Amino acid sequence: MNTRSLAFGIIILVALVTLSNSVYIVQQTDRAILLRFGAVAEADVAPGLHFKLPVAETVRRADGRVLTLDSQSETYFTLEKKPLIVDSFAKWRIKDVQRFYEATGFDESVGSRILQERINEGLRNQISRRDMHEVVSGQRDQLMVDLRDQLNRVMSQAAGIEVVDVRVKRIDLPAEVSASVFERMNSERQIEARQYRATGRELAAGIRADAERQKVVIEAEAYRQAEQVRGDGDARSAAVYAAAFNKDPEFYAFYRSLNAYTNVFKDRSDVMVLDPESEFFKYLDPES
Amino acid sequence: MAWNEPGGGKDPWGNRGDQGPPDLDEAFRKLQAQLSGIFGGGRGNSGGTSGGGFNGKIFGILLGLGAIGYFALGLYQVDQGEQGVVFRFGAVQEQVVGPGLHWNPPIIDRVELVNVTRVNSHSHQALMLTEDENIVDVSVTVQYVVADPKGFLVNVRDPRVSVTQATESALRHVVGGSGMNDVITEGREAIGIGVQERLQAYLDSYGTGIRLDKVNIDRSAPPSQVADAFNDVQKAKEDEQRLINEANAHAETVIPESRGEAQRILEEANAYRDRVVARAEGEADRFNKLLAEYKQAEGVTRDRLYIDAMESILGNTSKVMIAMKDGNNIMYLPLDRITPSAGGAAPPAGEDAIRGIADSVVRQLDARGSGDSARTNR
Repeated sequence: MNTRSLAFGIIILVALVTLSNSVYIVQQTDRAILLRFGAVAEADVAPGLHFKLPVAETVRRADGRVLTLDSQSETYFTLEKKPLIVDSFAKWRIKDVQRFYEATGFDESVGSRILQERINEGLRNQISRRDMHEVVSGQRDQLMVDLRDQLNRVMSQAAGIEVVDVRVKRIDLPAEVSASVFERMNSERQIEARQYRATGRELAAGIRADAERQKVVIEAEAYRQAEQVRGDGDARSAAVYAAAFNKDPEFYAFYRSLNAYTNVFKDRSDVMVLDPESEFFKYLDPES
Repeated sequence: MAWNEPGGGKDPWGNRGDQGPPDLDEAFRKLQAQLSGIFGGGRGNSGGTSGGGFNGKIFGILLGLGAIGYFALGLYQVDQGEQGVVFRFGAVQEQVVGPGLHWNPPIIDRVELVNVTRVNSHSHQALMLTEDENIVDVSVTVQYVVADPKGFLVNVRDPRVSVTQATESALRHVVGGSGMNDVITEGREAIGIGVQERLQAYLDSYGTGIRLDKVNIDRSAPPSQVADAFNDVQKAKEDEQRLINEANAHAETVIPESRGEAQRILEEANAYRDRVVARAEGEADRFNKLLAEYKQAEGVTRDRLYIDAMESILGNTSKVMIAMKDGNNIMYLPLDRITPSAGGAAPPAGEDAIRGIADSVVRQLDARGSGDSARTNR
C-alpha cells in the first residue's frame, strides 16, 4: 500500500516535471530559437504557448524590440581636416534570429559591440568624404541614410541585425575651435553694433543739417519780405515828402537846414568857432 | 513611477507578469497539491467506512475555493484614460481593453495598462552649431502622449529614452540647417514645427506608438560667451534711435524758433515802414502848415526861424568867437584839450580849460602884433 502510493506519487511528479519541460511561452517582445541537441530546430518561434520535447530541446530567448545603441563621443575629421566631435546613436533589432544566434550566441552586448565598431567606421568614412558645412547642415539626412543602408547591408549578413536608424545627436567643435568661433561671433556683432551707431549718427547729422537749412531759409525769406516792406515804407515816405516839399523847394532847403543844424549842434561838448561878423551877430557890433 | 510604466513588468494583480514558465510551474504545483489531496482521500476511503463522504466534501470545498480564487484573481479595473493590452501566453492580442471592470483568465492572460491621455513632457537644452557655423544655446520642450499602447509596450525597449535621443538629434538637425538669426529671432516657431515633423517621423519609424502633442522652443539665445556682444547690438540699435530722436528734437526746436525770428524781422520791418510813413506824413503836414504862414510874410518868418534856430544851437553848445579882419590867419586851437574836459561832466574844470585856451589865443594874437581881439564865451 505505502510503496504503491509512493511509486504512484513519483510517477505523477515525473509526469508533471516532464509536462512543465515540454511547454514554453514566447513573449511578444522576445525573439526565441528552439534548439534540438544544440542544433537549430525552429529559428523564429512565434509569440505564444508552444510545446517541445523535454531535455532534447531547449529554448533561447533574446529581446526582439528595437534596441538603442548609444555611442561614445568620437572625434572625426571632415574633408577639409577640421575636427568634429560626434555623438551618435543607433536603433537596431534582431532581424534574422538564426544568424544572430550564430554570430552572438544570443548575447545582446556582443551584437552591440559589433554594431558599434561598424558605426564608428561608417561615420568616419561618411564624414571624411564631406566638408563641414555638408556634415552640419546640408547633407545630414543623406549621410544618415547612406550610413544606415551601408550598415544594414553589412550587419544583416554579419549578425542578422537590422539597423532601423542611425542618428547623429551632437556635432560639436572641439573646445579650442569653439573659442575661436565665439571670437568671430563677437567681432561680427561688434561690426553690427558699429553699423547701427554710425547709421544713427548719419541720420542725426542729416536731420540737424536739414533743420539748420530750414532755419536759414526761413530767416532769409523773412529778411527779403522785411526789406520789401521797408522799401515800401521808404518809397511812400519819400513820395509824401516830395509832394510837400516841391511846393517851395527853396524854403524847404532853408527850413530843413535849420532843423539839421539844430539836430547836429545839440551837445554841450560841441565847440563852435564863430566869426562875430556873421549874419547872426550883426547886431553885436553897433557900428555895422 | 506608475506601475504601468514600461520596464516595471508588473501587472495589476501583482504576479510576476512577464515570466510565463514560473506561472505554469506554480499552476502545476497547485494542481499537484489538489491531486495528492484527491488521492490521499482515496487512500482514506479504502481504509474507513464513512470517510468517503467527508473527503468528497473537502474536495468539493477546495475545488470551490480554488474556482473562486481563480475568478477573483482575474478581475481588474481599467481607469479612465488608460488602456489595457492583453498578452495571451505572451502573445499580444488584437483587442485592447477600455476603461471599466474587466476579467481575463489569470495565468493564461496578462494585462498591462498604459495611460493614453496623460501628456508627458521632456526638456532638452544644449549648445549647438547652426548652418552658418555659429553656436547657439537652444532649449526645447517636447510634449507627447502614448497613442498606440501596443506599439509602446511591444516595439521598442525604453520608448522614453528613444524620445530623449531622437529629440536631441532632430533639434540639432533642424538648427544645423538654419541660420543663426533665424534660430534666435523670427525663425523660432518654424524650428519648433520642423523639429516636431522630424521627431514624429523618427518615432514612427521606431514604432514607439508615441504621438507628439507640441514641440516648443523655450529659449534660443546666443551662448553666454557672446551674450555681451549681442546685447551691445541691441544697445546700438537703441543708440541709433536715440541719436535720431535727439536730432529730431533739435530740429523741432530750431525750426519753430527760426519761424519766430522770421516773424520778429517782419514785424520790425512793418514797424519801420509805418514809422517812416507816419513821420513823413507828419513832417510834410507840419511843413505844409508852416509854408502857408510863410507865404503870408516871407521875410519876417524867415528871419524868425533863422534866429530861433541859432539861439537854440548856440544856447546848447560851447562857443569860441574869433574876430579876424583878414581871413588868412592861421591859429592854433588845442581842441584835444578842450574836447575831453568839455565833454566831461565837470563844468569848473571845463571852464578853466577854456579860459586857458582863450588866454593862449589872445597871446597868439598879441604876438602877431595885430589889433585883433579875442573873446571867449560858453
